[in-house]
Amino acid sequence: MIGSGPAESGSIPPLGGSRRSRLLPAPQDRRGLLIAVVSSVVVFGVIGYVIATSPGWPRFRDSFFSAEVFAESWPRIARAFWVNVRLFLSAEVLVLILALVLAVLRSLPGAVMFPVRLLATAYVDLFRALPGILVISVLGFGIPALRIEWLPTDEFFWALVALTLLYSAYVSEVYRAGINSIHPSQVAAARSLGLSQLQAMRFVVIPQAVRRVIPPLLNDFIGLQKDTALVSILGVVEIFRAAQIRQAATFNSTPYVITAVIFVLLTVPMARFVDWLVARDQRRASAAAR
Amino acid sequence: MRARTLSTLIPALGLALAACGGGATAAPTGTPTATATPEVTAEATPDACATENLGTVAAGRLTIGTDNPAYPPYFEAREGGNTEPWDPEQGDPTTGAGFESATAYAIAAQLGYAEADVDWIVVPFTNSFAPGPKDFDVFIGQVTFNEERTQGADLSEGYYFGNQTVVVMENSEFATATTITELKAAELGAQVGTTSLATIEEVVQTTPEAAVFNSTDDAIEAMTNGQIDGIVVDLPTAFFITNVQISGGKIVGQIGEAAGAEPEHFSLVLELDSPLTDCVNGAVSALADDGTLDDLVAEWLPDASVPELQP
Repeated sequence: MIGSGPAESGSIPPLGGSRRSRLLPAPQDRRGLLIAVVSSVVVFGVIGYVIATSPGWPRFRDSFFSAEVFAESWPRIARAFWVNVRLFLSAEVLVLILALVLAVLRSLPGAVMFPVRLLATAYVDLFRALPGILVISVLGFGIPALRIEWLPTDEFFWALVALTLLYSAYVSEVYRAGINSIHPSQVAAARSLGLSQLQAMRFVVIPQAVRRVIPPLLNDFIGLQKDTALVSILGVVEIFRAAQIRQAATFNSTPYVITAVIFVLLTVPMARFVDWLVARDQRRASAAAR
Repeated sequence: MRARTLSTLIPALGLALAACGGGATAAPTGTPTATATPEVTAEATPDACATENLGTVAAGRLTIGTDNPAYPPYFEAREGGNTEPWDPEQGDPTTGAGFESATAYAIAAQLGYAEADVDWIVVPFTNSFAPGPKDFDVFIGQVTFNEERTQGADLSEGYYFGNQTVVVMENSEFATATTITELKAAELGAQVGTTSLATIEEVVQTTPEAAVFNSTDDAIEAMTNGQIDGIVVDLPTAFFITNVQISGGKIVGQIGEAAGAEPEHFSLVLELDSPLTDCVNGAVSALADDGTLDDLVAEWLPDASVPELQP
């Protein structure tokens, strides 16, 4: 970072966050930790007892948490999840690239760049306006219906294209917010060192901007993971459809609970990983400032 | 100071939560009964089926549910346009024309309800046999009888007996197949929650995974686009698809007992443990015995024969 002064690093919180923002008491505060543990046991114990003794509980448990249906349905649902995983991993890579291109295009200064900015803006407006299910139906059913020889008809392909087009629009706005948050003095300093506009973008602005917007990027990635379910419209059996098939066969909602569990197991570690990334980045930034 | 306040507050909150939780109302249990149970008098059973004694949703009227769109040849369109809310491109149940529309009115008449006393409502297919209270007295909509569905609803005696069939495009490599083995390499599609899907997975046992769609129309679209090789639907629907709905379609064959399929029949759906079930079954039996059902099949369903697929 160029010339990081007090204006840039003045408000870094103490390592580990202030006492007010901590979830758990600090490790040194033994008494506080003990109170937290006892209090948790009491609260969750009471809640658990109340739930387990309420009149509707056995029926609810059999309908949503049936061990038998869980065991029967798990293989099919877990296997179908692989479709969603392939889809969101490929889509995310493409989205991150396309969205960055769009954000940079929109940020290019100068009158001569007006048509480029206009096109990029129109793209973002259009794909943020259109519902995902509509885009997938049009691309997944409509385009193969044209019977154009060299265009693929594969459902997975068109779902990937649809998700990429849709999410690039949202993610490009996230990037743009990051880029705009970089103080113009950074660009000025870069230009004064002899870097061109594009070089300044590439070596100075974007690295900082991307680091800033990692949490919102994760947000959109999590949204993308859920939206992979849209591929089921085209006939592909992914995790939600697999759960629906099992639910229709058993009249039991446990398959949906399985799906929920899988998504929670996926999302929570990712969220904690990003928290750690951001904390590490802040530690490095505060170290560099000294 | 703050730690102490907090440490007394949290357990207090927990206890307050417990107090609220203990007073929570019980979840509703069991299936709600239909309106007033019919008075069982000392007279013969038919009187329990008299219209004034049947506990229908609307007193003196029979409410029949079916899905929308209501497809031919089960429901034919009305001259001059279908009544709301029935899809204008397909059939209108209120006409009495079409196999299931005519059968429904015949059953209603057998129970003592005139045409004017019958109401039709839209009910999605999968909701009809799912557990839970129902807005209809009877549902008619190509619902194949199977044991699992009886957990959620009452299924009547069969009013139509027929097989699943495989439909492909004429230029498909599978168009000339005569056996199930030849179809194993095909990617077949069906609507979610149907016995057609079960047929693909359990009887044909295709190597590629079955394609599952929200509706048969989506499956048909994927087939005409060349995205899947074929679809599995019941025989009358297959006739409608290949004769009317699309061009270039072909029925490869029926999946009957020879291919290892269980014989299938369509049943009416009623609410679980409905008091109307016995009466409806009586009506269906009567219509079967006096040949009305056979006449209706002959009148409304194409009689072209379709070969049975061999194993």
